[in-house]
Amino acid sequence: MILWNSILVGFKQIWSYKFRSLLTMLGITLGVSSLIAMSAMVNGMENGMKEGLIASGGLDKVVINDQAVPAWQEHLAEMAPGRTMKDVDALNANGSLLKYVSPQIAISSRYVTRGDNRSRASEITGVTDAALEIDQHKVEFGRWFTEMDNETAAPVCIIGSQIRDDLFGNPDIIGEEIIPLGETVRIGSQLFTIVGMFQHYESEVARTERLAQRALEATLPKGPARAFTNAAPMMMRSNDRSWGPRRGRGGGWAFDRKNSTVYIPLKTALVRFRMAENSLKLDDIDIQVDGFENLEPALQQARNILMITHNGIEDFTFNTQETQSETIEQAIQNTRMSGRLIATIALIVGGIGVMNIMLASISERIREIGLRKAMGATNAAVFIQIIIESLVLATLGGLLGLAASYGVVYVIDSVSTGNAPVIHADAMIVSMIFAMVIGLIAGLYPALKAANLDPIQALRYE
Amino acid sequence: MALVELRNVSKIYQVGDEEIRALDDVTLDIENGEFISIIGPSGSGKSTLMHLLGCLDTPTHGTITLDGIQIQNATSMQLAAIRNRKIGFVFQSFNLLPKLNVAQNVEVPMIYAGVSSRERRERVMEALKRVGLENRAKHRPMQLSGGQQQRVAIARALINRPRIIFADEPTGNLDTHTGEAILNLFRELSQQGSTIVLVTHNPEIAAVTPRRIEIRDGKISINIDKRLAGLE
Repeated sequence: MILWNSILVGFKQIWSYKFRSLLTMLGITLGVSSLIAMSAMVNGMENGMKEGLIASGGLDKVVINDQAVPAWQEHLAEMAPGRTMKDVDALNANGSLLKYVSPQIAISSRYVTRGDNRSRASEITGVTDAALEIDQHKVEFGRWFTEMDNETAAPVCIIGSQIRDDLFGNPDIIGEEIIPLGETVRIGSQLFTIVGMFQHYESEVARTERLAQRALEATLPKGPARAFTNAAPMMMRSNDRSWGPRRGRGGGWAFDRKNSTVYIPLKTALVRFRMAENSLKLDDIDIQVDGFENLEPALQQARNILMITHNGIEDFTFNTQETQSETIEQAIQNTRMSGRLIATIALIVGGIGVMNIMLASISERIREIGLRKAMGATNAAVFIQIIIESLVLATLGGLLGLAASYGVVYVIDSVSTGNAPVIHADAMIVSMIFAMVIGLIAGLYPALKAANLDPIQALRYE
Repeated sequence: MALVELRNVSKIYQVGDEEIRALDDVTLDIENGEFISIIGPSGSGKSTLMHLLGCLDTPTHGTITLDGIQIQNATSMQLAAIRNRKIGFVFQSFNLLPKLNVAQNVEVPMIYAGVSSRERRERVMEALKRVGLENRAKHRPMQLSGGQQQRVAIARALINRPRIIFADEPTGNLDTHTGEAILNLFRELSQQGSTIVLVTHNPEIAAVTPRRIEIRDGKISINIDKRLAGLE
């Protein structure tokens, strides 16, 4: 009963100093909302990472990277051959534990243009048949490269759906699916013919969202806005990107990346983009192991083969998806830690604000405290009254923070093109409890101070 | 046995190296139902005496018995309970809580006594009726005159049916006319059986009560009982 009354008195006290209380609560509000927003962002990152791993191939994919020669081979550094087709041929011929070996040459230019429209590709890469398997691409329209394309270094390319959206128009906006087979685009300064297009990669969530959106739009009459979009797909897209969780969102960056892929035949890349450098080095060799359980022996085998082709110079290293996922996990862990630290500091600063205002509040009410004691309030009753006021202040601030976190997350979601942040209930509960504990601790000293006031001194206080 | 019994009570304050005897070996009885005034110039020790009688403080030496309870060794929690149930205070500056309305102000001591909200409401109206303010229950203290505020304070002092009421200069902030009305209210309460102690420096006010105690330099210098003297 005294407790309930103290809570009421606490609310009354806060209400009678609305502005001051609001300012005080703001500290707690910011702390709570940043804690929740941070956790939402990291959750989004984590989701993106998981999707990314799935989208970029399974755990049995291994990337062979260049590496500076070890110190004891320093004198041989100039003889290091780097990754060449010789490695690929050797791996293909002798790597019995390897399923696919995919040599790649990346083109330095990232832009694909057609007329005035321009699209930034995530990669423009010369590949062999193995890339289709290792990177789990599916050609939905047209065809994959033929041996003839490769041997003649034919200027042909296969594009992802995002490239099509940018150059020819997004079906979700213009309302019809354009399959640009046989169309000519420019990569760097050279003309290429589109012979195939990959399927549109997206997460389950994004697919259902997009289909629902399309169903909704199908019921709407076609207005003049649609005609406008037809005329300027490029412009529409830039508008589309700037605000609101729309196309390209929800699926995560991994799908965005995959949809922006442009493949050309390996020899086309070599002949049309690399001949001038007189270098036959590859930019990348991806291998896929025949079964994840064979990862260790397969890597050993690949290493043995490469040691022979590289004349014993160890200028290469293996990067497994596992190490990659560990790296990403570590990065997320770090982000989470630093986010927590910052949000905790914000909350503590908020708590200091609460303590400050409670101290001000009791020194304004010394006579009241003396009077209450004269009327029979025990030290404990005074203590409880002050601590509950502080708790109510922090709790209200925390509740405001919960509401505000939705706003913060919406803003983050709108301005960032990365992964959509996800608010989890446990983050809200944890930060709310945290805010209340902070309020309790902040109220401790002022409450003790008030409880220990001598009633005679307090009554005399002017 | 008297309601309040002080036996050889001293209160000594240590200020630096100096020892100040605010009360020096005071022995005093207050009977149930008495209307008594304690008078003395400032610094005489009358406030200290009132604080000890009101259980706001404990003596350095001697014993104090209030309604049969020894209070010289009581803990602060026991003192709080005694103040809550056996003592009512009325102050010179009314000391009402400005954020609460009249009824809520009168209610406060009952909250600490753990009285149920229904009983609280009834007793508040009863007490306000006794001081003639039953139609001001929802007013804020600032909306009342000084005399009315002091009546609210008296209603609050009465609310837990205390054994004794201490009034510290209750008319000090009021004009003569209103002050008289407040003193009349005290006289009325006394006639209804309440034990009331008026603390004042004003001999005119002290003259109202049948019994008068004068404090000087921490000792009782005069102890006049008009009834014993056959004056009343």
